[in-house]
Amino acid sequence: MKRRSFVNFFLGGSLGATVLAFLYPIIRYLLPPAQAEALQKRVMAAKVGDLAPNSFKIFKFGSSPGILINTQEGQLVALSAVCTHLTCTVRYEGDSGTLHCPCHNGRFDLAGNVISGPPPAPLETYKVEIVGEDVFVAKKA
Amino acid sequence: MKKTFQALWAFLDERFQVHSLLELAKKKTVPEHKHSFWYFFGGICLFLTALQVATGIMLLIYYTPTVDGAHESVQFIMSQVKFGWLIRSVHSWSANILIGVLLIHMFSTFFLKAYRSPRELTWVTGFFLFVLFLAFGFSGYLLPWNELSFFATRVGTDIAGSLPLVGKALKTFILGGSTIGQATLTRFVWLHTAILPLAAAVLIGLHVLLVQLLGMSTPLSLKDKPVKEIPFFPDFIYKDVLGWTLILILVGVLCVFLPWEIGKKADPFSATPLGIKPEWYFTFMFTTLKIIPSHILSIEGEKLAILGFLLGGALWLLVPFLNRRASQGKPSPTVTLVGAAILAYIVVMTILTYTLPGL
Amino acid sequence: MPKLGFAAAVMIGALLLPGALLAQKNSCLECHSKLEDELKAPVEGFKLDIHQQFGLSCADCHGGNPAKDDENLAKDKTFRGAPKRPQVPAFCARCHSDSAYIKTFNPRLRVDQLDQYRTSRHGLLLQKGDTKVAVCTDCHGVHGIQTAKHPKSRTFPWNVPQTCGRCHADAALMKAYGIPTSQLEEYKQSVHARALFEKKDMSAPVCNSCHGNHGAAPPDVKSIAFVCRQCHPSAGELFSKSPHKKAFDEMGFSECEACHGKHKILQPADAMLGTEKGALCAQCHEPGSKPSVAAGRMRQLLGELTSEIDADGALLDRAERKGVEVSDPKYRLQEIHTLLVSVRNLTHGLDLADIEEKAGEGKTLLVGVRASAEAALREARLRRTGLVVATIFLILFALAFYLKIRQMRGRPKA
Repeated sequence: MKRRSFVNFFLGGSLGATVLAFLYPIIRYLLPPAQAEALQKRVMAAKVGDLAPNSFKIFKFGSSPGILINTQEGQLVALSAVCTHLTCTVRYEGDSGTLHCPCHNGRFDLAGNVISGPPPAPLETYKVEIVGEDVFVAKKA
Repeated sequence: MKKTFQALWAFLDERFQVHSLLELAKKKTVPEHKHSFWYFFGGICLFLTALQVATGIMLLIYYTPTVDGAHESVQFIMSQVKFGWLIRSVHSWSANILIGVLLIHMFSTFFLKAYRSPRELTWVTGFFLFVLFLAFGFSGYLLPWNELSFFATRVGTDIAGSLPLVGKALKTFILGGSTIGQATLTRFVWLHTAILPLAAAVLIGLHVLLVQLLGMSTPLSLKDKPVKEIPFFPDFIYKDVLGWTLILILVGVLCVFLPWEIGKKADPFSATPLGIKPEWYFTFMFTTLKIIPSHILSIEGEKLAILGFLLGGALWLLVPFLNRRASQGKPSPTVTLVGAAILAYIVVMTILTYTLPGL
Repeated sequence: MPKLGFAAAVMIGALLLPGALLAQKNSCLECHSKLEDELKAPVEGFKLDIHQQFGLSCADCHGGNPAKDDENLAKDKTFRGAPKRPQVPAFCARCHSDSAYIKTFNPRLRVDQLDQYRTSRHGLLLQKGDTKVAVCTDCHGVHGIQTAKHPKSRTFPWNVPQTCGRCHADAALMKAYGIPTSQLEEYKQSVHARALFEKKDMSAPVCNSCHGNHGAAPPDVKSIAFVCRQCHPSAGELFSKSPHKKAFDEMGFSECEACHGKHKILQPADAMLGTEKGALCAQCHEPGSKPSVAAGRMRQLLGELTSEIDADGALLDRAERKGVEVSDPKYRLQEIHTLLVSVRNLTHGLDLADIEEKAGEGKTLLVGVRASAEAALREARLRRTGLVVATIFLILFALAFYLKIRQMRGRPKA
């Protein structure tokens, strides 16, 4: 009798512990995580007023850098910052109003087209959406 | 406490009439002999299926079935969602283990000739279940939308498309168009989460019902010997659960030490990566098609191979009806030999896929 | 009936006429295709020639009358034959220096090749009577000439080193001129060759990028710097602002070449900088002098940055191998690596304060990356601990079941 109830107790106890060990991850899984959405098709790149005219900012878009430019005329333009030559990060040059890659002197215009240098392809352009105080950058198409 | 439990039980029993079922269950016995070890594999398949359903349902909370979002959502599950890595890895690992166990279950029942009368329909439903689970594997594999899955799907659907007569229509139906795209992904999600589970539920229901009604088959070699019987409930069930627990431990270890990779996002415009292969359980067919000579007696080698597989599948399905000797209780070594040859072929072809250079 | 016959003749004639017009008689090809070896080669080669694509043929270069089958009649007084080596440049230039003529085929094609060639070493030596130097056909081929945009062309970027190397890597040939023949081998080891041949980067420099095409000559000391600046302007700008510029000019040193070499330009190593053995700074600067100390400090900063980047990278790899998803810190590490590239570039400017600032920026960012890496490793450890706990429970559960089963066996049958 004693042995039997010990085995039953052992069984019930280990079952209970196992169930709890399984319930804990399941419940944590079901609770929404900090970053609500997976999709990185659209990110908030900056706040309105962050950038002075004729300046730029590099922001993270998915797993690669993007560049947000406030042109001389005050227009916001966003493109991929990954140079199509050897993937260095491009920068905006206020003097020339073009995007310059410091690695091998590649140059792009604000539409992403290659103006000079070794890059073989244009930079991908993004859409800029201003929602209230936030500047969102989204992939086209 | 005990009194309330008993009162509740009596209330439910009056309405659901459970006690008569329980009486039946208590009477059920399972033979125990030197081959009864194989009996457990059916239950393991059931357990792993339940695991797949549970983890699959959980993955659906965070998975996005779009070309733009599928890969990102899997990345999200693996990195941001708490224990997402575990749920997803369990789902991927169990899927592969399940197919392996299904093969063991299928071949063990084949060699033990458990399909003989009156269990023909158990075999038939089992065969269709096997096909369903291969479809589960094929459709599920595309869902993470990574490079491997995209091109493996392309290879697979190309083979489907080369079937005589129905090939082109079949391929278009599977793909939802002419190429793999959003339509394909939506279709595969539809198959994987709705149609196949429904079909599987029905077939599993029939399969398990038949097993319960007809009991376990005893191998012919023990036909004239007395066989010990143990109660199904709770003895056999307990052993079942013990087996399931061990499988669970295995899955846990695999998921922590070898979590499933996310892979590179699929790019339909990139070139097919070298050495692309489908999942391991399809490789024996894949390798056959690759190494078969282009023409055999003026018939296209590939078409011949596909017809061979279809014919083989049909024969496999009909083996309970074709193997009359087994139904009559006589030994049928020819059938056993053929089965062994098929098994050997599958094993050799699978190994060759990973060892042959240039494949 | 006659009407039908007439109609048939017209139809057949109409069908054959275009064929007849297109297949204009070319007795040169007809005869030479029946000959052997050197005399047959032009026929085979010409099939792929760019001149043929523009509708030109044998007679357009060599003269003669391709309508005549008889050899003597074909080689009429307009026949120029095959030019001897010294005559080749003029032979090609007959068309290629004729602006009006070339314009009809390709308005953008240059027509100054002969002028350029005459200024080149090859051209100058040829004028003095040396027939061993390169003429047009040595680089462009003959009877199978393709544009430099065609991958099979001898003048396509990745074929250029081999084209120049045919002579310039031939020790026996170059001995007479006293020119070394190591350039091709050296170039092949360079980072430019790697970019060209392995990464298929067509913008990578080959021989003609620095030496020129038709006016080929080794760039003199002052020019080397300009040549490199075509693609590396920021390094050049920094160098021009640095104290090295004045010093190098005064001493007549070749700017970029002094430290980086000219053909065997390798991936620059941090070890080139500093005070250790093998560093380039020690070649001019006394140990203990202000520049030497500054060089040592720069080397130290670079060393600290690279070792921290490597260490953090290793931590992240370990975490990734253990199954933790680390794409975010890896991205940040990649950005820091870009920063490292710019710090290395800053060494050309020799401004220690600038370098300290930029390196400091990197170090601050690395602190964040290391924190993420360590968090990832903690997550990996946590998972394993969780697994151990859950497995222990499961094992206990299995054990309990086993005992229960044993117990069941023992009891009397129901």
